Amino acid sequence: MKWQAFLAALFLLAGCSAGGKGTVGPDLDVIFAADPAPVLSDYGLFSDLAGAVPAQGVLPYDLINPLFTDHAAKHRFVFVPDGKAAAYHETDVFDFPVGSVLVKTFAFAPDMRAPEDGQWRVETRLLIHKADGWVAYPYVWNEAQTEAVYTPAGKRIDIETVSPAGEALQLRYAVPNQNQCKTCHQVGKDIAPIGPKARHLDHDGQLLRWAGAGLLEGLPEGVAGEPYAFDVSKPLDARARAWLDINCAHCHKADGSASNSGLWLSATETGAAQIGIFKHPVAAGRGSGGLKQVIVPGDPDASILLYRIASTEPGVAMPELGRSVTDPDSLALIREWIAAMETP
Amino acid sequence: MSIQLRALGAAVSVLALAACSPSTTETTAPAFEAPAPLSAEGDFGATLQAALIAAKPGETILLPEGTFQLTDGLSLDVDGVTLRGAGQEKTILDFAGQEGAGEGLLVTSDDVLLMDFGVRNTKGDGIKSKGADQIIYRYLTVEWTGGPDEANGAYGIYPVESKNVLVENVTVRAASDAGIYVGQSDNIIVRNSVVEYNVAGIEIENSMNADVYGNIARNNTGGILVFDLPDLPVSGGNSTRIFDNEIIENNTRNFAPAGNIVASVPSGTGVIVMANRNVHVFDNNFDNNRSAHVLIMSYSEPFTDENYNPLPRDLVLRGNTYGAGGNDPQGDLAPLAAALGGTLPAIVWDGVDRWGAGEAQALNIAVEEASDVGFMSFGLGKYPIDPAAMRPTPERPVAEAAVEPAAIVLPHVDR
Repeated sequence: MKWQAFLAALFLLAGCSAGGKGTVGPDLDVIFAADPAPVLSDYGLFSDLAGAVPAQGVLPYDLINPLFTDHAAKHRFVFVPDGKAAAYHETDVFDFPVGSVLVKTFAFAPDMRAPEDGQWRVETRLLIHKADGWVAYPYVWNEAQTEAVYTPAGKRIDIETVSPAGEALQLRYAVPNQNQCKTCHQVGKDIAPIGPKARHLDHDGQLLRWAGAGLLEGLPEGVAGEPYAFDVSKPLDARARAWLDINCAHCHKADGSASNSGLWLSATETGAAQIGIFKHPVAAGRGSGGLKQVIVPGDPDASILLYRIASTEPGVAMPELGRSVTDPDSLALIREWIAAMETP
Repeated sequence: MSIQLRALGAAVSVLALAACSPSTTETTAPAFEAPAPLSAEGDFGATLQAALIAAKPGETILLPEGTFQLTDGLSLDVDGVTLRGAGQEKTILDFAGQEGAGEGLLVTSDDVLLMDFGVRNTKGDGIKSKGADQIIYRYLTVEWTGGPDEANGAYGIYPVESKNVLVENVTVRAASDAGIYVGQSDNIIVRNSVVEYNVAGIEIENSMNADVYGNIARNNTGGILVFDLPDLPVSGGNSTRIFDNEIIENNTRNFAPAGNIVASVPSGTGVIVMANRNVHVFDNNFDNNRSAHVLIMSYSEPFTDENYNPLPRDLVLRGNTYGAGGNDPQGDLAPLAAALGGTLPAIVWDGVDRWGAGEAQALNIAVEEASDVGFMSFGLGKYPIDPAAMRPTPERPVAEAAVEPAAIVLPHVDR
């Protein structure tokens, strides 16, 4: 009996390894499956999942300015199927081929002043480009940090850490549910990535690495990336607009979740009223904080924009998702930007 | 819950098979076994959100009877789903402990029917639907149970950027902006509903083709508002009919946070038409609105939107019943009324007919009421207000009643 069971187990294992693409690289059958895999390891995106070692063909990357999500550390990876490449675009997200996967892991350490020490992973989000469009799947890590489990309804997780400024934080970290993924990743009726745009990726030779690895085609010379938002040697306006772009513009754009506000915060937006200057709110409710305009040049304390990013109250706080504490550096930047605006 | 979903999945499969197999005779559609309500045990918010995500198009999700405490906003993004409770006072989703999200329930898919449940005490809006065509809100109650309060959410029922919107037999109480707010939408019916103790009872804003009838708007700050605002993706609001409504005692103090357009609504107004075109107000009953039963006005703030017209045009008032009112004008109306003896007649117009450096425009405001119905224009001419230029007059404007739009027809009304 025991031998029979053993042989059967061997047979099953053989069946498993023969089913996918092999032991090297992500499993395209799982990537293209109609339903999400129950656990993260099924995708084969990591050769050592527990150790976060990416599989062959999976490239780590980062954005010069990340979305602020309660000081979480983020680890991003991109996979583009063998022999294919994303097409460069000057202002929009690169055009990734079907089968591409964007991986984003959110992690914390006991003290975020030393984020690499004792770091543990909370969740990993996948954006997968299926044949009929992108889908977003959230996976939540187990205690042992050996596997992450598909969690479509989201989850609240209590996290204790110390902020980069040394402040003790008790977070009610929110893993978004699958619909909330779309709230931020919405373009019209569809889902799309947010980060992989030239202006966010162009730093420290990253775009050249993408092109060199065959992930990106059509990369022109002289791409003008945005500045790091907190590099005070760079122009204030460009830094503030870069911050608003990555923190707000995924919803605040003409085809985003906040389209009806008419407040559009992409770095490429040029209209003064569209970015909020002297603009009255339309549906802010108590989110107005009793203030009358989104941005009053020269007067940050009279500007609804600053009031809402300084709040942690649901119904007031912006962004609506992904943030339960404030970021002092971000507040200082936006305050300085509005204060420096010339009053007409 | 999972058993129920599986059972439903099986039923759908059977139906799909039935649909595929050739049929030689006319048969009735296979009868669905009514799905069981979701389990009330355990973390109901997680159960419900999981069901909303796993729902297949055409599915009905039934909510059990009871009051459920929810800590996060809910969302639905699947077309054709029905979300139905045991009754608008029997299934209550209570968000008093809400930790995140901008509303209690957000719908972003088409052909959705919401009915027979209540939503309470959300931190932001109650139920919002965005880009959700053919939505139905039916027999719902949305309320903030502490009564009027600046800290209440803005909108109770909030369809926006949608085509074919039906709101009927709902009750909304104590929204700090509008109880029922329809924004940037087209082809709309709001009917047979009760809105009370909100800042605005019903507001139709930057929208086209709306019928608002059979409602009771009472004890709000302002009863029913038809507005158009600048600098929004959809503007040029037009063609709204407001008829057969009870618009009474809308004398609640204005508790909207400043900055919102409704924060300027004077307590005690019945209907306000601002910067909209082709609005017909008829056969309503107005009573005991202390500022004015009907206020007609221009948008008064500076704006840069070149496509925007801040003036009300092609307005018709006819056949309404006007009881007592105008006896104690509030807000911005108070000083204007004071200059005219302290009270206001049933119908009040700011008398603004131009903006910026532009010429006066013919607005075609047709007051076709009995001769004993009072009217007053403040004769302001333009904003900002210049008291020296004010030319008040009780003379009704010369106008030719605009052609009334046809009744709204919704393709999904009988669902």
